[in-house]
Amino acid sequence: MTSYSTSPLAKSDWTIATARHLLNRGGFGGTPVQVDALQAMGMDRAVDYLLDYGSTPAAAISPTEFDCEIRKPLTAEQRAVYQTARQSNNEAAREQLQQLRNQQDGLDRKQMQEIQKWWLRRMIETGRPLEEKMTLFWHGHFATAYRTIEDSFHMFQQNQLFRTHAVGNFADLVLRILRSPAMLKYLDNDESRKGRPNENLARELMELFVLGEGNGYTESDIKEGARALTGFTFNDDTFEFQPNNHDRESKSILGQTGNWDGDDFAKIILSRRETSEFLCGKLYRFFVNDGPGMPDAKRKSFAIAMATELRKQQYEIKPVLRLVFRSQHFYDSANRGATIKSPTQLIVQTIRELGTPPRELATLNAAGDLMGQSLFMPPNVKGWDGGQAWINTSTIFVRQNLAVYLITGLRPDSFDLDESLAKWDTGALESAIAARTAGDSAKEADALLDLILAIDACEARRTQFRQYVKTLGGPLTQARLVAALCLVTAMPEYQLC
Amino acid sequence: MEPNTPLTRRIFLQQGVTLASLVATIPWFLENSALAMLPADLRVSSQAGVPEDRILVVVQLGGGNDGLNTIIPYGSDDYYRQRPQLGIPAPGTTNGALQLDSKIGIGLHPNLVGFKELIDSGRLAVVQGVGYPNPNRSHFASMDIWHTGKSEGRGNGWIGRYVDNACNGSPQADAEIAIGRSAPLAMFGDLHKPVSFENAKLFQWTGKELPAALDAPYEAMNRAGALEGVVPGSQAAFLMRTALDAQLSSDRIRAAMDKTPLVSYPNSQLSTQMKSIGAMIRDQMKTRVYYASIGGFDTHGGQAGAHGNLMRQVGDALLAFQNDLKAQGNATRVVTMVFSEFGRRVRQNASGGTDHGTAAPMFLMGEGVKAGVHGTHPSLTDLDQGDLKFTCDFRSVYATVLDSWMGAPSKKILGASYPNLKLLRG
Repeated sequence: MTSYSTSPLAKSDWTIATARHLLNRGGFGGTPVQVDALQAMGMDRAVDYLLDYGSTPAAAISPTEFDCEIRKPLTAEQRAVYQTARQSNNEAAREQLQQLRNQQDGLDRKQMQEIQKWWLRRMIETGRPLEEKMTLFWHGHFATAYRTIEDSFHMFQQNQLFRTHAVGNFADLVLRILRSPAMLKYLDNDESRKGRPNENLARELMELFVLGEGNGYTESDIKEGARALTGFTFNDDTFEFQPNNHDRESKSILGQTGNWDGDDFAKIILSRRETSEFLCGKLYRFFVNDGPGMPDAKRKSFAIAMATELRKQQYEIKPVLRLVFRSQHFYDSANRGATIKSPTQLIVQTIRELGTPPRELATLNAAGDLMGQSLFMPPNVKGWDGGQAWINTSTIFVRQNLAVYLITGLRPDSFDLDESLAKWDTGALESAIAARTAGDSAKEADALLDLILAIDACEARRTQFRQYVKTLGGPLTQARLVAALCLVTAMPEYQLC
Repeated sequence: MEPNTPLTRRIFLQQGVTLASLVATIPWFLENSALAMLPADLRVSSQAGVPEDRILVVVQLGGGNDGLNTIIPYGSDDYYRQRPQLGIPAPGTTNGALQLDSKIGIGLHPNLVGFKELIDSGRLAVVQGVGYPNPNRSHFASMDIWHTGKSEGRGNGWIGRYVDNACNGSPQADAEIAIGRSAPLAMFGDLHKPVSFENAKLFQWTGKELPAALDAPYEAMNRAGALEGVVPGSQAAFLMRTALDAQLSSDRIRAAMDKTPLVSYPNSQLSTQMKSIGAMIRDQMKTRVYYASIGGFDTHGGQAGAHGNLMRQVGDALLAFQNDLKAQGNATRVVTMVFSEFGRRVRQNASGGTDHGTAAPMFLMGEGVKAGVHGTHPSLTDLDQGDLKFTCDFRSVYATVLDSWMGAPSKKILGASYPNLKLLRG
């Protein structure tokens, strides 16, 4: 019987398998040793460890590594030169400015790639996995793409905002996102002014960010909300409210009338019950089960309980995640392996779980792109659909080939195998297998499947794999283990989390 | 399941356990063939007189193509009043439009030389003012409406429903193929899932090259379908079936891509996609619908240059494709349909661009189309909140293609009757 209960899991049900489930979902998985350590803590402490990560040192990568000056707006002097050049048709001066622009474009694109690599590395190395996991969640929720923004520093700033508020207060985050240059630019609010409001940001606040589509708002509410948001723009890297461009007339949003500004607009929609339910539905799909139509009718009560907790805690995220990560429902076998790894999850978890070298970060990001998830480049403002949408007949090959690349160093775009790349320290996995088989080599195949797959492999799959391992003719160490891992990661089940 | 697949449910009820238990372990296309072996009255038959080997290619221009700067209403003063900087000059002037119809005063974007040649040689039809009632100006919402063919934009895709219901009841695994990272909603039916790939070279497992005889066990694991013991309908079952579909498609598609095309294609994103589609058609794949897509049409700022480049890319790529089909001897078998989720606002904005609008032209290309301009250009003065009023529902174009080209009952697939247009030759 599937449990839909929010009650905490019984102490006796806390096992290696549940600890691994928690680490996979609340983070990016871990080595068998890490899973064992988490299990030894007991559930209460394990959940606290993931959630209260403030005491774990953050990866020491200073934000100042990135240059905030690349896209610096033209100075008054430069603008004057440009204007004169345009008016007098001074081709040489115009050319010079164009070159400056092109140079900036190149530098900025390069920096964006560096930031992409930086974030991926951070996810691979962090001791605070939930912080990065939630940062990824918010990036998908408040999706903005570099393609439109073309300012790498603004993307970086926004990424830091998501990290700071990762398990913080949602209402607070909404108010801050309305001050994020990346968001203001992405949804054209920087060009929205009194008399000529741009509806983009107002529409997405209603439809995608806060209230949720179909939750009782009209086109008129969007138009009025857009008027409230006029004047919310940015100057260089900081938010700026321009009173002259703000519409000071009365607006009526969801039946409330007043001289609202952007913050008032956000607060009006945050006061709706639907907002908590909309957000918790998304959190449910991200953390618990992302099968088609989830949460379905039977699971609705659990998602509603999450929403109730979110409202009770005045939009604090952490208590809601605590509720989820301790609940019987979260650990129920119906929810094990019930999400599909996002491309980022696949990359990071494969490295963290198997202990492979990270190889080349740029190649990993390119693979992420081919699998449908390029960091800082969500396909549109809706973010990534997730779940089964990740999988099609082409991404499935890229996923399998990415694992081959991590495990062997064999690049997906060539068939040259550099033998020196193939070797990495498989010792941790070998001892984990040894600990689970007590020297009985006949049990090795099953032990490896149990260490890696998120679901209990079915008998047909176990039989196939046992037969293969037998042909390797020796214990699962080094080259034989590497070969076996290529096969396990090519199993369709490996895509489950 | 959606209510529009009574077929499936009835068959399951009639055939009982034997078929149902098969279904867990066989790929989609075999499952569908199994359904097709049932009594003919359960199937949706194709229409008499329509050849079975016809192909539809859909080209999606994502982001909202500016219809008014694609088909230029140069005869209208309002056009230039609303677009003082962005307006394209009349034919015969510098950077002027290419002449289309001097009586009404419409022309093509100057970079659409490919389209000009196609029209002049009788291979391109322009359908004016295509849209739908209560236009939605959100990219996603509007795209979903176009993909589903339903006003509320919910449910499965119109091409997916075609494949579910037609193809003489026995769609192949590769009945529909999308070039790109992920297939569009339009191609997802209830039964049938599209194949999609971006690069044929990456469309196989690299681990096969490794030692230790990995090939055979890999094949066994990925070609097994949903294994016994796996919960039907679970994520695991879904993955196992998709893995099998991937193997089958990979075999076929890589074989097709090995040949050099008969004509040279320009170097662009869309062109590369059209070249792949050309190769698959030439290789006599059984695919009925191909889908190509490019983005970048969301020209809110600095539109002139960016849109001009896109126009050239679209015109040149489609001309090369049509010429390839001719060289192959397949030109009469293929119709290509070009659409975007909406057009753009009549008035240019303050950033040298245009904002989301409504109606825009669609294009049908092929030797089977009635070339020239169809329908009337929407009025530039009788506007709805600054936007064009549509003169043709896009589902009428779908219905025409379904009924008259693909030989499939549009009413069943679209869920309503839409008048057919005279866009195709007898």
